Amino acid sequence: MEGMSLSEWGSIIAMQGFAGISLFSVLLLMALGLAIIFGQMGVINMAHGEFMAIGAYTSYMIAMFVESYAGWFMDYYFFFAIVAAFFVAFLAGYAAEYLLIRHLYKRPLDTLLATWGLSLILQQILRSSFGAREVSPPLPEWLIGSIEIAEGLEIPINGLVVLGLTAAVTAGVFYLLFKSRWGLRVRATTQNRVMSGAVGINTQKVDRVTFALGCGIAGIAGAAFTTIASTGPTSGSLYIVDTFLVVVFGGAASLLGTIASAFSIAQAQSIMEFFMNGSMAKVLTLLTIIAILMFRPEGLFASKIRK
Amino acid sequence: MKNLPNRMALTKRRISKLLAALSLTCATASFAAAPPTAQVNTTNLAVTDDTVTVGILHSLTGTMAISETGSVEAEKLAIDQINAMGGVLGRQINVIVEDGASDWPTFAEKSKKLLVNDKVAAVFGCWTSASRKAVLPVFEKENGMLYYPTFYEGLEQSKNVIYTGQEATQQIIAGLDWIAKEKGAKTFYLIGSDYIWPRTSNKIARKHIENVLKGEVVGEEYYPLGHTNFRSLINKIKVKKPDVIYSIVVGGSNVSWYKQLRSAGITPDKWNLLTISVTEDEVLGIGGENVEGFYSMMKYFQSLDNPNNQEFVKAFKTKWGEDSVIGDVTQAAYLGPWLWKAAVEKAGSFDIDKVAAASPGIELNTAPEGYVKVHENHHLVTKARVGKWNKSGQAEVIYTSDLIEPNPFPEGYQ
Repeated sequence: MEGMSLSEWGSIIAMQGFAGISLFSVLLLMALGLAIIFGQMGVINMAHGEFMAIGAYTSYMIAMFVESYAGWFMDYYFFFAIVAAFFVAFLAGYAAEYLLIRHLYKRPLDTLLATWGLSLILQQILRSSFGAREVSPPLPEWLIGSIEIAEGLEIPINGLVVLGLTAAVTAGVFYLLFKSRWGLRVRATTQNRVMSGAVGINTQKVDRVTFALGCGIAGIAGAAFTTIASTGPTSGSLYIVDTFLVVVFGGAASLLGTIASAFSIAQAQSIMEFFMNGSMAKVLTLLTIIAILMFRPEGLFASKIRK
Repeated sequence: MKNLPNRMALTKRRISKLLAALSLTCATASFAAAPPTAQVNTTNLAVTDDTVTVGILHSLTGTMAISETGSVEAEKLAIDQINAMGGVLGRQINVIVEDGASDWPTFAEKSKKLLVNDKVAAVFGCWTSASRKAVLPVFEKENGMLYYPTFYEGLEQSKNVIYTGQEATQQIIAGLDWIAKEKGAKTFYLIGSDYIWPRTSNKIARKHIENVLKGEVVGEEYYPLGHTNFRSLINKIKVKKPDVIYSIVVGGSNVSWYKQLRSAGITPDKWNLLTISVTEDEVLGIGGENVEGFYSMMKYFQSLDNPNNQEFVKAFKTKWGEDSVIGDVTQAAYLGPWLWKAAVEKAGSFDIDKVAAASPGIELNTAPEGYVKVHENHHLVTKARVGKWNKSGQAEVIYTSDLIEPNPFPEGYQ
């Protein structure tokens, strides 16, 4: 470590700060969809990772299509791919709710098994249609590499893009849930399903769209992660544990909790990884979370519901 | 153009005549070469007068299917080619394919099924060390023969296994010597996924760097399998500024690792990266642009320029599609059936004990990687190569070692 100047240390600290924020945005983006479904409907969606994979493959297919037939569009396809990934995953989620989930609302533990089964089925469908090997969507030139802000201070562009996207999606979700008529109906249904039905809210439809929206956001995450991680039939399973961790630690029914939890896990993980071995950092992060959950079993932000 | 059908019919007739003549010669040839079953099969294996049954045991489903698919394809290709040449001891090879499903107990179960129920004469299979460790007791108890294709950590030797990939010293040491000499590298940062193969391999690398090359290991770190965020690690590497980043990251993590390296400005013009876990198969997922200019240590690259390999690549693509790529392990898997055929013919028998005893000393001049020979310790004598990746996902071979004897229990490296 000797021989490093003050400015070099400054750059490392700045880049380390960005590493934490970048991990925060990744964790938040993948947890948002799950948090909505879990928080609003109480359904534990084990297939969340596979909806991310659906988004990633959508982005891959668009990239391949653009590369072969519309080279001029290559620089911009990424934004289009994200929108497309949302809709494909949204429709897949809509179908899954209609065919599977809605039959199980009265048996919340069974949804765990059913969605796990669904995740296996989706993995095999992806494997059969795209092959078992991982694929690598060609990325536009501007997305690769880093911006050099000062000598030795390099900020990854893909990290910035994911960060921006997370901010936009989070803002969108907040608007939808807390400012729109639809959000009002969702919150009403969450608070009292029977009463909401009695005042004329179509709770079935609310459920279906909520579930589909959660899946759609997973699709966005999947498409965005093609820039920083792998695209394969089982890629989704790489994220599922971390995703649950964020949602449970944050407090199941609270979006603010999800944000706070993603932030604290990301910072803890990223700082500890800098000072120790990766496996050890993971162990310590998990231990800390377990310790905190022992004192606050409801998570960081418990929802105030009368029991 | 009117007489075309006639001409075609004529040609057809000629061809069928030719074929008939050919098959007659083949039949006589194989009849003459095929010794009676009672003589070549004294242990009740699945051998009849004109067929012999073998097993292929890989993960066709689950996370490992990504890696193992290529091995299955190579083994099937080799078996097809052997059958087209008249089979083994005049017997056509039948294949039973079993799916280990990326689950180690399943591997053990399926290997027992292949050996006990199907009585196969040989099994080509396994990929991860964990699956090999799971089936090893079964093969030793039921006395089967396993051809294992993956480069691995060594520290193992069995009468019932032929290791067609490199053990750790064959893969690692030549490459480290090369980069120390070629790039004047003195400081190394060792990175791996957290399980047996990277840890054992890095142990060997560290001993070699410290004791032989007189260099320094400035960091050694392991990340859980499936880890997807490497930005903190990359910052640490930037602090330590090693001459060589030495990496054994595997699976989905591999893709994140290289994409994030590239996006953090770790590029080959300023940094050397040497890996033993990236083949053409992995580059498909990582993307050529992300590993461009980095080095891999393998014994085989698809781009190898020799007649054996050109023929192999052509045959592989004809059978499995123009887009298929061939990595190190795929080639090693291709050697399995050929080495087994040579051993059976040398032994003049399918009996496991005789095949195992006949195996050491078997040479293969037709291997795509060039010449290989089975050593006393059931590993292969083989060369090590360093490849430099280019954007299209192929490697340019920039260094080839001499033949290296396998040494699965290296003294001074444990």
